[in-house]
Amino acid sequence: MDLRPVDTTLLFIQILNGVQLGLLLFLVASGLTLVFGILDFVNLAHGSIYMLGAFICASLTFLVGNFLIAVLLAVPITGVIGYLIERVLIRHLYARSHLDHVLATFGLILVIDTTVQIIWGPAGISVPLPDWLNGQTELFTGVIVPTFRLIIIAAGLVVAAGLFWLVNYTRLGMLIRAGASNSTMVSALGVDIKTLFSLVFALGAMLAGLAGMLISPITEASINMGGEVIITAFVVIIIGGIGSMKGAFVAAILVGLIDTLGRSFLDDVFALFMSQNAAETAAPAISAMLIYILMAVILALRPQGLFPPKVR
Amino acid sequence: MKKILSAALVATMLTTPAAWARDVKIGFVTTLTTGAAVIGNDIKKAVDLAMEHIGGKMAGLNVQLIYADDGFKPETGKQVTDKLVKQDNVDFVAGYIWSHVLLASRKSVLDAGKFLISANAGPSPIAGKLCNKNFFSTSWQNDQTPMAMGEVLNQKGVKSLYIIAPNYAAGKNMVAGVERTFKGKILGKDMTTWPTQLDFSAELAKAKASGAEALFIFYPGKAGGAFIKQYQQAGMKDVMPLYTVFTVDALSLPKLQKAGFTDILGSQFTQEWDPSLDNAQNKRFVADFKAKYGSYPSFYAAQAYDSIFLIKSAVEAVNGNLDDIDGMRAAMKSASFPSVRGKFTYGNNHFPIQNFYLREVVKDADGNWTTKVVKTVYENNQDPYASQCPLK
Repeated sequence: MDLRPVDTTLLFIQILNGVQLGLLLFLVASGLTLVFGILDFVNLAHGSIYMLGAFICASLTFLVGNFLIAVLLAVPITGVIGYLIERVLIRHLYARSHLDHVLATFGLILVIDTTVQIIWGPAGISVPLPDWLNGQTELFTGVIVPTFRLIIIAAGLVVAAGLFWLVNYTRLGMLIRAGASNSTMVSALGVDIKTLFSLVFALGAMLAGLAGMLISPITEASINMGGEVIITAFVVIIIGGIGSMKGAFVAAILVGLIDTLGRSFLDDVFALFMSQNAAETAAPAISAMLIYILMAVILALRPQGLFPPKVR
Repeated sequence: MKKILSAALVATMLTTPAAWARDVKIGFVTTLTTGAAVIGNDIKKAVDLAMEHIGGKMAGLNVQLIYADDGFKPETGKQVTDKLVKQDNVDFVAGYIWSHVLLASRKSVLDAGKFLISANAGPSPIAGKLCNKNFFSTSWQNDQTPMAMGEVLNQKGVKSLYIIAPNYAAGKNMVAGVERTFKGKILGKDMTTWPTQLDFSAELAKAKASGAEALFIFYPGKAGGAFIKQYQQAGMKDVMPLYTVFTVDALSLPKLQKAGFTDILGSQFTQEWDPSLDNAQNKRFVADFKAKYGSYPSFYAAQAYDSIFLIKSAVEAVNGNLDDIDGMRAAMKSASFPSVRGKFTYGNNHFPIQNFYLREVVKDADGNWTTKVVKTVYENNQDPYASQCPLK
């Protein structure tokens, strides 16, 4: 195996792919870390809401005939569903232990998955994009990327900026942060903490739903999509520090990059010191493990995560 | 005394019917949950249709069909297989979409001396060293279909190829298959995490950068639809034509048509069966399937339909004497049942020696996307592992 010069165009495209995957993970992980960090609630069913968002958006796409309008309609619908779930079920569990949270939301996964299967069937739905989104964009010479991937990057960055602004520079954000540090005190000061928590949960649901909507034109809206993403999302918030929005962002990008670059270049790297055949066998197995290895290392060296929130 | 007598009488009444009119019990293992349930449901439709066509009877015996769900997982597949063999005491265990599920479950069936019929999966060990006299396939050995595709690529004069496939038993066989026959250069190969990875951006970018003339993939189920969409979104159709096996099927085509992924029209792939094959059994199967369910049957459905007729031929050859294992085995080995793929024979490892066709995606008379046969790639092809099987 001779040493190939690193193809910079390919490297750039793969970094872009990694960032795109990272931002998508951030959308899921931000909702998870918001609910975990502020409501101190373990929501295993977060992935199911991600799936629900994708299915609602898919149906609306066929109904209104445009993917983007469908997303604009589906995000608030997912928010309302999140709000209702909080009012009916989640609210009664805050005082209970984390194990009870896990049990209840695991039940919720079964309920939502089965409901989706009854309504939409097991086949999954391919979501069509408008033609201009289905094409490619040439960023600069030789770097041609699918337009829709750029849209995902843009959407992820806008949401990240919006969340940063919301949490740090608005009254609502101030209340959210205050509620996270000491909810009894906030409520004693006359703030309706219950409504605040409902809103936070609904916001988390909207973020998860949006992620599901953005991934569905690339893969499809399908029954198991929630289970596929939730584990990676937990890895992200553990690496980033549970409850930290900044941590979720950095960790999501990190995980996205490591996963993508591992898949892209690990076999070439391995081929430097083992036979081509062995590299081809080992690389896929190792690259699938990379993010878990990263998590294990972080947990060993810095159990609280990269950016633990200061309030706890 | 009278009480004891009547109790004994009841007991004999309960036990004897089984002795003089046993049901033919068939356990059918497939995937009925997760997104892959769409494949399992299509198979179930075909098996139900086959049951209807045989009037629910084989050699005058009632057929009892027990479906079991493998949940797309080897460990669950083995559990439900154990239950079928030990608790339900079935005569035949059939089905199995996934190679890793079949590999995990085979021992439970074969060690109990029952017949195991794979209606889809064909992992290489079962064709070679682990072959068994009580195993039969109504599909193919995994390597065969991609071998036919490699041959097609040679005929088209393709000089270089990039390969992307999932990293599990069948994926490795598919890659081995195309590598065995393709004479050009393989410029790169990616094995992806199965079944969770559905985003192929990194692999597609690598393939594009490799400068290969063509792209070969194997992605069954929903991953196939996802791959095709991303391939179209990456605008690779004109740069690097796509050649697939088991990726485009009657389950993905309607979905892709609904979402307008027209790049798949005209794409070609190899297979042992096509809805347009001209034989009486296939015509009846396809026409009745379409009439009953309103869609084209998939190749999974065709193979499952065949599996019921294979079992029927065995039961009829021994006139319903289900204890005559040797007689049933000999009958199945003769492959004398009417198959939807037309006449074929069984090799020493009980995998079919059969034709492989090149299929192309076309619009039918009603505008629905389906496939037609372009040409025959292989006639009476036998898998490359048969020589490793000690059976005669």
